[in-house]
Amino acid sequence: MARLHEFQGKALLRQFKIAVPQGGVAATPDEARTIAAEIGKPVMVKAQAWVTGRASMGGIKKAATPNEAAAAAEAMLGMKVKGFVVEQVLIEEQLDITREFYAGVIVDDRAQAPLVMFSSVGGTGIEEIAAAHPDQVASTHVDIIAGLQDYKARNLVRKTGIGGRLQRDLGGLLVQLYDVARTYEARAAEINPLVETADGKLYAADCRLTVDDYAVFRHKDLGIEIAREYDRPPTALEKIAYAVEAKDYRGTFYFIQMAEDFEQGDGYVGFHGAGGGGSMMSMDAVLRQGYKLATFVDTSGNPPASKVYRAARIVLATGPIDGYFGSGSGVASQEQFHSARGLVKAFLEAHLDIPVVVRLGGNAEDKAVEILERLNEHIPAPVEGYRKDDSPDFCAQRLAALIEAGELRDVAPPAPRPAPQQPYSFTTVTGGTVTFDHALCATCESKICVQECVAQILSLNDDGCPELNITLAEAQKGRCIECLACEVECMFQGAGGGHIDLPIPGLDEEVI
Amino acid sequence: MSILIDQTKRVLVQGITGREGIARTQLMVGYGTHVVAGVTPGKGGQAVEGIPVFDTVEEAWEQAGPIDISVLFIPAPLVRSAALEAIDAGVKLLVIVPDRVPIYDVLVIAKRAKETGARFVGPNTLGVLSPDKAVLGMIGGRAASARSWFFPGPVGISSRSGGITSSMAYYLAQEGIGATTLVHVGGDAVVGLPHPEVVKLFEHDPETKAVVMFGEIGTSQEEMVADLIEEGAFTKPLVAYIGGKAAKSGTRFSHAGAIVEGGRGTYEGKVERLREVGATVVEQFMDLPAATKEVLARIGA
Repeated sequence: MARLHEFQGKALLRQFKIAVPQGGVAATPDEARTIAAEIGKPVMVKAQAWVTGRASMGGIKKAATPNEAAAAAEAMLGMKVKGFVVEQVLIEEQLDITREFYAGVIVDDRAQAPLVMFSSVGGTGIEEIAAAHPDQVASTHVDIIAGLQDYKARNLVRKTGIGGRLQRDLGGLLVQLYDVARTYEARAAEINPLVETADGKLYAADCRLTVDDYAVFRHKDLGIEIAREYDRPPTALEKIAYAVEAKDYRGTFYFIQMAEDFEQGDGYVGFHGAGGGGSMMSMDAVLRQGYKLATFVDTSGNPPASKVYRAARIVLATGPIDGYFGSGSGVASQEQFHSARGLVKAFLEAHLDIPVVVRLGGNAEDKAVEILERLNEHIPAPVEGYRKDDSPDFCAQRLAALIEAGELRDVAPPAPRPAPQQPYSFTTVTGGTVTFDHALCATCESKICVQECVAQILSLNDDGCPELNITLAEAQKGRCIECLACEVECMFQGAGGGHIDLPIPGLDEEVI
Repeated sequence: MSILIDQTKRVLVQGITGREGIARTQLMVGYGTHVVAGVTPGKGGQAVEGIPVFDTVEEAWEQAGPIDISVLFIPAPLVRSAALEAIDAGVKLLVIVPDRVPIYDVLVIAKRAKETGARFVGPNTLGVLSPDKAVLGMIGGRAASARSWFFPGPVGISSRSGGITSSMAYYLAQEGIGATTLVHVGGDAVVGLPHPEVVKLFEHDPETKAVVMFGEIGTSQEEMVADLIEEGAFTKPLVAYIGGKAAKSGTRFSHAGAIVEGGRGTYEGKVERLREVGATVVEQFMDLPAATKEVLARIGA
């Protein structure tokens, strides 16, 4: 989920009138010094990272002077905590804390309602608090339409043995916290610890806020780069993959980079699944063969061939993987030849020299396997396609056997595509360009592009060359579904005049 | 018998004129679903597959007659409004197909459904299918495929993964085991009819002799099924597989619901809890058909 940094969460709390310590965020020791000087009293320096237990890793330090704050920032910036590089530190006034509490809001799947939790003991995680002090934790479900009523919040606090003015103040704060969670559609919003200071005021000393990925589009003010769950910041390839997904609503493309900086022979496999459950199951099959995963990819929900092509290129950019494995549920509702064509285009362009095993079970699986296995005469790598009656474990064993055998064919890489003599072009919905070289098309006997075009938007002109039978604007709006048949089938069965350029912003610049 | 859907239920398709709406209406009509009307605001008066299209659900109800079920093929940001429209018009079962519906929108739909006695499958569901009777959503993709992959029999199927819903039913069918109904509960963290609700429906279906369940890490659904078994509210044999054993805590693998947070919803926790109450939990997905066969033989079904 889209997690916010402590300082971002605290900014939202402040908007909703919850007090937070005075402070600011710094990206350099100098900035840390300046902020500490402005605060004008002893400060806390806190590494901004989405991890728990920062204090024990040297990620939270006290500083009595601006120079001490700069030194603490110096030590933290660039530090790696649980795979996360610290890029910012939060500098805050030290508080004179007399008591700690816990306050949180989560979405409870059992009750299908938000759950507000409060504990008169704070500091550690709520699970530990609940285990150690069950009588000091109280929770209540919230009516999603009416919101959290003040009296309910006060009763919640009362159940933990707190009365009087403190009960009233804490109740009010819980209502404010719920309003933050509801407004920003948080899967979880926690203040831990929530503290009372010597002068009787309540402050959010820490804040963890996770926004629902699916609602991020409604909260552009949060500036969330990638609305996806990660336990670390996204990699360059993950950002590239997310941009592909964000620009193409057809089907789902989910990408996690599982490894970086590995060598050929280290046993990393590019994993490219289809469907969440089937992918998880197939991933386990690869792991059982003793391989590690370079990627976890899911292209499903009837994605166009172009999306699968882009996914495959991003997988191949991860590093020198030892094999490429595709497998989903095995009995897919979607027409599987779209995925096959996407893979074929990517593997041809890469002139792939590592074994490929793809389980293409589901609708039109025979056609899909046939399309995929034609690769065998055109790239050095062995390519095997399988159907719904072949289990993920069997397919993973086949991949292991092919990697073990290490046999490659001697196939010359394709000659660079010559500049078209008589180009005919149109653009597609994701910014791709389809180009036919009518000089070559005129010599083509099969005219296979017209026949195989899934959307049936191509017709032959008077010279026997393919042209759109719809307007350029219609093609660009999505009538061309990027099925890739006019390139892939043309390459195998035509004169080679059809080509589709599908740019992946960031990929060509980022990874060679 | 079957649960949720059969050929007698009168079905509405919301978003019938869109890319998915048209394709899946063909599947549903081709498989035997009694689709009586479609709705797309602004496109009233058109027809899809010979089915009349109306501007609102209320109008569809008035013109085409009472509606038992609505299937939604609507962009995620518009789902809340479309679902409330169907519920307010009096529809008692919704199948919400789209992915990426904001979770607080689902909570609002759930609240309204509870108040009016309506239920919903999904969001992020492939749908529901009763073999040789009818289908809601997109299970099977094409009517001809659905007909060749699934056949009627004694097992109820409940799954948190769409693709796995089809593949479980298919691999069981290959071993000669047919199904009463296939339910994809949906891949999200909050769904209208989670596993425990589905197994309760199967409990009351006389033709369902056993239930086969595909669970996943994350959420409390499988633990709640175990609670039902313990309380005696679900008494039929249960065969289960839990996906996501290798997944790391805090990282989700494509299903929004499949994430382990704060030690809740772990693979080990679910397997242990289900076994404790006597369910059969297999380690390998492909062991499901054999295990189911054994269970059916034991109860003489």
